[in-house]
Amino acid sequence: MKTITKLWIGIGILILLSPLGLILPEYFKAGDAWGEWGADAFKEMVGYIPQGLEKLSSLWKAPLPDYAFKGWEEKGLSSLSFSYIASAIIGILITVCVVLLIGKFLSKKK
Amino acid sequence: MHIPDGYLGPATSGVMYVVMLPIWAAASKIVKKTLKAKQVPLLAIAAAFSFVIMMFNVPIPGGTTGHAVGAVLAAILLGPWAACIAVTVALVVQALLFGDGGITAIGANCFNMAFVEVFAGYYLYKIISGSSSVISGRRVIAGFIAGYIALNIAALSAAIMFGIQPILHKTASGQSLYCPYGLNVAIPTMLGEHMLIFGWVEAIITALVIKYLQKQDPSLLEAGEGVAL
Repeated sequence: MKTITKLWIGIGILILLSPLGLILPEYFKAGDAWGEWGADAFKEMVGYIPQGLEKLSSLWKAPLPDYAFKGWEEKGLSSLSFSYIASAIIGILITVCVVLLIGKFLSKKK
Repeated sequence: MHIPDGYLGPATSGVMYVVMLPIWAAASKIVKKTLKAKQVPLLAIAAAFSFVIMMFNVPIPGGTTGHAVGAVLAAILLGPWAACIAVTVALVVQALLFGDGGITAIGANCFNMAFVEVFAGYYLYKIISGSSSVISGRRVIAGFIAGYIALNIAALSAAIMFGIQPILHKTASGQSLYCPYGLNVAIPTMLGEHMLIFGWVEAIITALVIKYLQKQDPSLLEAGEGVAL
């Protein structure tokens, strides 16, 4: 088997294992990454919501916020894990297509 | 390390876009000269790896989470300029599709993870590797150390961006407009958690993949050599 094929299989395995990135923080009661809290969290942390932050934080409505399907947030860890894997597949497919396209434009033929 | 919208004021996020534009332009120009068609699949794999490894949130029990970026590995395999493009694409897709990292902060996040980490990692790996052969154990150690230090430098860079916000933007009443935490909080926290946990994750994944490729296909470890400036 070619190395590249093996590496793709490795990516596939990582995609299937990716919900660990969801489950482990839940299990160890770890919250958001530092500096990646929602705007509301500031009320508790510093006593007010920074005005500019509040305004800008809702600037972009991502179609799959936090790698989850909309409305699935309350469905529990197994549903979240499923949407996490689906998000990984979608995100990686798009990333790979864009990179292949850029590579096609930029690379030398020989 | 994905700075969301609203944490950086327009000055910082604007400057970071302005800084990244010539870097992206230089990257395309240099990659156009150096990237061979048969390397394109590896470029795609590097971007996919970076994307998925960033989804592995590693917990600090009772505290926060963080993750590796995979940027040092990309730099070692493809050279820093191609790696810059690969990680940039992953970060842009994460921001647009998944809201991971802000739209206004794409310049800043790419600066930290697709530029600072990539170049720091690449040169550290090169310096530590010296003239050792691509299959030597020294290369594995070089990848390990480069991964650890480069992720921490990227975290420091992000921390500085967070930390200067209270200095730059305040209301008349003294409240912060954007990130309210200054350098005295942002740097020790960001650097501390990356030095304690997340840096080691980047170190281990970088070293493991190098070790695997040394056995499997050492030629892939030669390709990234000599494509810097």
